[in-house]
Amino acid sequence: MFRTALRNVLAHKARLLMTVLAVMLGVAFVSGTLVFTNTISDAFQNSSAKGFDRVDVAVQAKSQADKGNTINKTPELTQAMLDRSAKVPGAANAVGVVSGFTAIADKDGKLIGGGFQSQGGNYWGDKDPRYPLKSGSAPHGAHQVAIDAKTAERAGYKVGDKVRLSVNGPVLTPTISGIFTTDDGNVAAGGSLALYDTATAQKLFGKPGTYDEIDVQAAPGTSQVALKTGLDNALGTKLVETTTGKKLADDQAEQIAASMSGLKQGLLVFAGIALFVGTFIIANTFTMLVAQRTKELALLRAVGASRRQVTRSVLIEAFVVGVVAGGTGLVAGIGIGAGLRALMGTLGGSVPDGPLIITPGTVATALAVGVVITMLAAWLPGRRAAKIPPVAAMSSIHAKATTKSLVLRNTLGALFTGAGVAVVLAATTMDGSDGQAPMGLGAVLLIIGVFILTPLLSRPLIAAAAPVLRIFGISGKLARQNSVRNPRRTAATASALMIGLTLITGMTVMAGSLQKSIDKMASSAIRADYVVSMANGNELSPDVDNKLKATGEVTDTSPLRNVYSRIDGSGESLTGVNGTAIAKLTDLKVDNGAFTVGGNQVVVDEDTAKSHGWKQGSSFTAHYEDGKSTPLTVAGIYEGNELIRGILVDSRTVTPHMDDPGDMQVLVKTADGASGATKDKLEKALGSNPAIKVQSKQDLSDDIAKMFTLMLNMLYGLLAMAVIVAVLGVINTLAMSVFERSQEIGMLRAIGLDRKGIKRMVRLESLVISLFGGVLGIGLGVFFGWAAGELLGTKMATYELVLPWARMGVFLLLAAAVGVLAALWPARRAARLNMLTAIKSE
Amino acid sequence: MTTTPVVGRATTTAARATDLSKIYGQGETQVVALDRVSVDFRQAEFTAIMGPSGSGKSTLMHCVAGLDTFSSGSVRIGETELGSLKDKQLTKLRRDKIGFIFQAYNLLPTLTALENITLPMDIAGRKPDKQWLETVIRMVGLKDRLGHRPSQLSGGQQQRVAVARALASKPDIIFGDEPTGNLDSRSGAEVLGFLRNSVRELGQTVVMVTHDPVAAAYADRVVFLADGRIVDEMYRPTSDAVLDFMKQFDAKGRTS
Repeated sequence: MFRTALRNVLAHKARLLMTVLAVMLGVAFVSGTLVFTNTISDAFQNSSAKGFDRVDVAVQAKSQADKGNTINKTPELTQAMLDRSAKVPGAANAVGVVSGFTAIADKDGKLIGGGFQSQGGNYWGDKDPRYPLKSGSAPHGAHQVAIDAKTAERAGYKVGDKVRLSVNGPVLTPTISGIFTTDDGNVAAGGSLALYDTATAQKLFGKPGTYDEIDVQAAPGTSQVALKTGLDNALGTKLVETTTGKKLADDQAEQIAASMSGLKQGLLVFAGIALFVGTFIIANTFTMLVAQRTKELALLRAVGASRRQVTRSVLIEAFVVGVVAGGTGLVAGIGIGAGLRALMGTLGGSVPDGPLIITPGTVATALAVGVVITMLAAWLPGRRAAKIPPVAAMSSIHAKATTKSLVLRNTLGALFTGAGVAVVLAATTMDGSDGQAPMGLGAVLLIIGVFILTPLLSRPLIAAAAPVLRIFGISGKLARQNSVRNPRRTAATASALMIGLTLITGMTVMAGSLQKSIDKMASSAIRADYVVSMANGNELSPDVDNKLKATGEVTDTSPLRNVYSRIDGSGESLTGVNGTAIAKLTDLKVDNGAFTVGGNQVVVDEDTAKSHGWKQGSSFTAHYEDGKSTPLTVAGIYEGNELIRGILVDSRTVTPHMDDPGDMQVLVKTADGASGATKDKLEKALGSNPAIKVQSKQDLSDDIAKMFTLMLNMLYGLLAMAVIVAVLGVINTLAMSVFERSQEIGMLRAIGLDRKGIKRMVRLESLVISLFGGVLGIGLGVFFGWAAGELLGTKMATYELVLPWARMGVFLLLAAAVGVLAALWPARRAARLNMLTAIKSE
Repeated sequence: MTTTPVVGRATTTAARATDLSKIYGQGETQVVALDRVSVDFRQAEFTAIMGPSGSGKSTLMHCVAGLDTFSSGSVRIGETELGSLKDKQLTKLRRDKIGFIFQAYNLLPTLTALENITLPMDIAGRKPDKQWLETVIRMVGLKDRLGHRPSQLSGGQQQRVAVARALASKPDIIFGDEPTGNLDSRSGAEVLGFLRNSVRELGQTVVMVTHDPVAAAYADRVVFLADGRIVDEMYRPTSDAVLDFMKQFDAKGRTS
């Protein structure tokens, strides 16, 4: 039987090509993901392991738990501790590490890197073993800095150049004293690193005389564990904790693996979708091959092959196809993995160098996925093949397409669909996170239900297209009838496209609605013309607020200052604002009382009020980090949003209690409103600081829109794979249809339908099937988008459903394009059929 | 068989092949399917083409009907020379001037009987002549079956639909390729009866390829083909005469 199966594969090369391609694409996606994530995490792990080479034991401050209304501050690592560490037996040397944020501007004053990986630190002594100098010398004093070689190269800086830096407020212009190389993972990933001498770093990062970490190197012959014990004894374990370098490296490796696994799983989901869609094509192809080979298989049965042997022969065929698809998919996947890495490099997120990692696991997975998927999809057709009676060999009739009733299928489909819709609808009435699981379940049920029902749905939906098709005369009429001739096959083909479009539409609806609501939230609640913030989301120095206030154009400003406090024994963040200006800068709806912030008067949002049981006039006491406390009274209750929420208190009341005050944002109102000139003026007032963003409301909206567009484009890119597989499916189905109907096509040609008419007939059939899948997918997608929005709406007051009509139109066009594209080759083939052989062939 | 000829019968030619040759392959492997065949098919005449397997009878019909290309010679349908026509023009010619009946009926399973009958007109985008359509349908006796699909019809009924389809567009000439090949003798007789009636009563021109002497006996004239050449013809044939000729021909073939 094996030989027969193999011969069949070879005999139907062209027919199986689409199947191989479909499986191959899915496998390529899977193995590409594996190769890419393995390569990246290996590279990151290598680079981070190198970073821990010089650390045998790290000493860090132990964070202390708060108790009652007292805030226990994290202890500091003092100079004394560093000195003691260096003297521990077995310690070769101890380095005090200071780290913080430093943005470096390029020669045009623009921030280098994304802001989130802009780091600063201290250079230890004259020769820091962590940072070998490439040129120049160690930084000394407040006016010198050393920068990493990658950044220097990117911006074209040399030793002796003046460079614009900013830490959290004022712009500094030190001279570059040296350029160093580093294994730092953030720098490897596209960030920057600026180093000052230790005293300067401590001052700049607001930690005079203290360190963030003490790295101790062991003397030769001393183990990391022994050194750790020595340090524990010398420093005590109450205020600090010690960790061996090995553990740090392991932890980081684990962390990298964990963060990669998210990406990996995400990509694998999309690969799974592509493979799932692919199974329809495989099933279609094998059903067709079996039907075509009825006589042959019956003959095998007649000469004594058992049912099992017939099934097996089909499965062996599938196996061979699966191996070929898996193998080619693997090769393509390795290419994809390498390509993705290169792509990531060009997009700015540079990856540490390293070899392409192809593990035996990747190879095994690729082959297994290819083989298992193909054989699974071929299993039903294989069973059907076994049911062919031996007499079929004698009869001259072509095996007709299954005319098995669809009653059972439709009943089952209706049950699934009904249950799916019910569960999804029920989930929309639930609260946010509670509804997620039922919604997911409902969505899966509904998709399965609709998938089972597609043969039934095909008739009315395609009939609805009849008036349009009538324009195309006889070709249109024949196309419509042909497309419903084999509802199962049409359904399987359309479903493949449906799934991709359901996801694409659902995502688009959700993203569009979310974007709108976030935009609304951000802009409707703010009266300020500008929002000033740090590029990396860090806190701004209070200096920024003061400078802005002093700028000519500015009429009002208010910081949004983060104040940690404890109220009634639990932690609570207050927002310190400018009490006299905040009402002019925001537009918050007040439900109760008055919007008065000043002295001991505060306003509280609904959620906070509810959780504490506060009403207008309620009083409470806030305890601060300096151990002092103030009594506060609720003046009013307002509706909070994503930007402004919680307890708003006058910053003058709370700032005296803060060690190191910092602002998340500063709201600014100007005399003439937002304009390019005003923005320039504000930026100049802040010393054209590369790390500080001055954004108008429009900028905020644009930022939000940009973020969503980027996310959507990425999703579209991933889902494109499913659509490509769907195209292969349509090509496959059409090729089968043309083959099956060659006799009819021959007759039509004989009685006078020209080649154009034949081509048009095939194309229209393709268009009808594709649009059918497109309409189903877009419909389902909108429904899911709406349902998911209902769920989100419980968490977001401003949520509103936005139907992206233009986008949906584009998706429908996309479906149509799929149809036209897929029909190119089959239509050509149909038009080129030899009339005479076609008429005679049976 | 003593009816007087219909007016114009002897004078007008519906289709004519002159020195028609069809050669497959080249050099050593060359096969001559048609060897300089010249034949006229006169209007309102029912012609049967007979010959043993491989004699070229189907090829002759295909070439004359514009279904197949030929190597040399000329074919005319009415005044149109086929040799110079492009595929598009040939298709239009087949659509407007020629009707076909195939052995395997070749109906579209998705269309009803009536839709199958009017298919050539639908393709041309023409409205069928209502009166004529009714006449044809009445003649083939399909009045009660017009809404049925081919799968709901017997073989004989399906071939009657095919005959109606060929007649409905009033073609200049109808070609039949073994139209009774798949039918039992009763259904076959019916179909041949319709074809003969269409010639006698409606003045239709019919050319039919067959290997069945009984079928050939319905024709006004039988053309005999062997090895790509016309070897003889017979007017007002009877099945016995045709059978005798074939036997004799067969014997000759074996001895020579």
